[in-house]
Amino acid sequence: MSTFALAARDSSTMLRRNLLHARRYPSLTLNLLLTPIMLLLLFVYIFGDTLSAGIGGGVPDRAKYIAYLVPGLLLMTIGSTVIGTAVSVSNDMTEGIIARFRTMAIHRGSVLIGHVVGSVLQSVLSVVLVGAVAVAIGFRSTDATALDWLGAFGLLVLFALALTWIAVGMGLVSPNAEAASNNAMPLILLPLLSSAFVPVDAMPGWFQPIAEYQPFTPAIETLRGLLLGSEIGHNGWLAVAWCLGLTVLGYFWSTSTFNRGPR
Amino acid sequence: MTNLAIAANQLRKSYGEKVVLDGVDLAVPEGTIFSLLGPNGAGKTTAVQILSTLIAADPASGSISVGGHDLATDPQAVRAAIGVTGQFSAVDGLITGEENMLLMADLHHLSRGEGRRIAAGLLERFDLVEAAKKPASTYSGGMKRRLDIAMTLVGSPRIIFLDEPTTGLDPRSRHNMWQIIRELVADGVTVFLTTQYLDEADELADRIAVLNDGRIVAEGTAEELKRQVPGGHVRLRFDDPMAYERTAVTLRDVVRDDPALSLQVPTDGTQRELGEIIQRLNAAGIEADSLTVHTPDLDDVFFALTGGARVPHQPKEAVR
Repeated sequence: MSTFALAARDSSTMLRRNLLHARRYPSLTLNLLLTPIMLLLLFVYIFGDTLSAGIGGGVPDRAKYIAYLVPGLLLMTIGSTVIGTAVSVSNDMTEGIIARFRTMAIHRGSVLIGHVVGSVLQSVLSVVLVGAVAVAIGFRSTDATALDWLGAFGLLVLFALALTWIAVGMGLVSPNAEAASNNAMPLILLPLLSSAFVPVDAMPGWFQPIAEYQPFTPAIETLRGLLLGSEIGHNGWLAVAWCLGLTVLGYFWSTSTFNRGPR
Repeated sequence: MTNLAIAANQLRKSYGEKVVLDGVDLAVPEGTIFSLLGPNGAGKTTAVQILSTLIAADPASGSISVGGHDLATDPQAVRAAIGVTGQFSAVDGLITGEENMLLMADLHHLSRGEGRRIAAGLLERFDLVEAAKKPASTYSGGMKRRLDIAMTLVGSPRIIFLDEPTTGLDPRSRHNMWQIIRELVADGVTVFLTTQYLDEADELADRIAVLNDGRIVAEGTAEELKRQVPGGHVRLRFDDPMAYERTAVTLRDVVRDDPALSLQVPTDGTQRELGEIIQRLNAAGIEADSLTVHTPDLDDVFFALTGGARVPHQPKEAVR
């Protein structure tokens, strides 16, 4: 078997294993979904009037705020889902079965690739679920063409891939599940410091550069542009650059950590 | 000369200042059971981890080959030839026993039908059919160990490493495991077994190497090892205290056990020495009520060779 065929076959076996875990024990994934859904409802129904009045120059408009909020929360959903990835990678590494895999004539990277592909699929599923809640409470995209939708989907997958590789690295270096969960926490806190809830202009001047150039804000602005037709500008390539950069960084970090051998 | 399944020259491994393996030579002929015997911390697990490609030996080591493949240059070929059942359960607890077996079949690139057939056969052989649909995390220690070995056998490895396969098992599971190991060798497989139980090595192994502090301190068959250490004796037991006393005086060089009215006479167990003892008893007109010959067992060997190390029957701490 060629190296590529071996990699593909073993990775798909590992993917099936991870999906089986997720299906058998869905509580972790579902718990992590609660955070973005709760925040969505909280910010729309509890803080919605005040925040939309603040953003809209004194006139409360909850429907408008739903539109503003949803792109950020969809990306936050990915951040939340990959915390589960960090936890399950860390759990996996404490299991003897990983040592068994290492002594088998299989493709080395397949263990991690299985986790990554499984996590990206779970992220997409979670985004669809949160998106469905958003539509149910009144979110509608405006003027999005088929190409815009395709772009939005591509961005979400790319973003999920980037955060997943980082989360896999965090899981690998964490000694246990609790530590993995703590280490991955920034991935769900970072959206709070982005343009997800309020525009960057509304933040203190000294903080604006941080909010503007962290990975979430360009991705959120790009998704807003694709779904709602707002200005994307330089955020498009900034988002793609962040995604590719984090993917490459996470990939090399994770594979070198994993190949270093058993902890 | 028979082919060697495992050949290691000057195997070395140290972590910083701590030397774990200090130049270990191993030669295991194909189709035999080789046992690495030693107390906790002797380096047994490290040796298995190196030979099974989990960790690298120190560069100062000599050449190491497993299954005819060089460990350093072609680890993937080594992996294709071996099966490993480590000391800590290597099953996926989140999925069922059957799913674990099918996972192994997929990773050995068996076709779906063949994978199912082999999985079903092994589950049957290891008495796991009833539990096959339950998550492996719910299995007892003995069941987990059986599933573990069954998973190792999916790829029909020619060389199997068993790292303390019976540690923590109850006596019945332990004997089951011994039976399983004997059957493996009957199929022509080479077994590399580590154990801290002397009776286990005695029971199973064709050859035994005693590892202590990272060095092989003795190697040979169980019989050869037993011959290396003193400790053989003839035990004479009496019902009559008078006869007991008279014998003690006659033979002089004895160890007395007054309450039991029995005497231990040191001997190397040869016919000549035994004859001499009996002759002297006959000459003195003494008749012992029972006479038994004791050869040293592996416990004697172990304590003699490992410098009276602590009793090696304690559970190993779990390490991550």
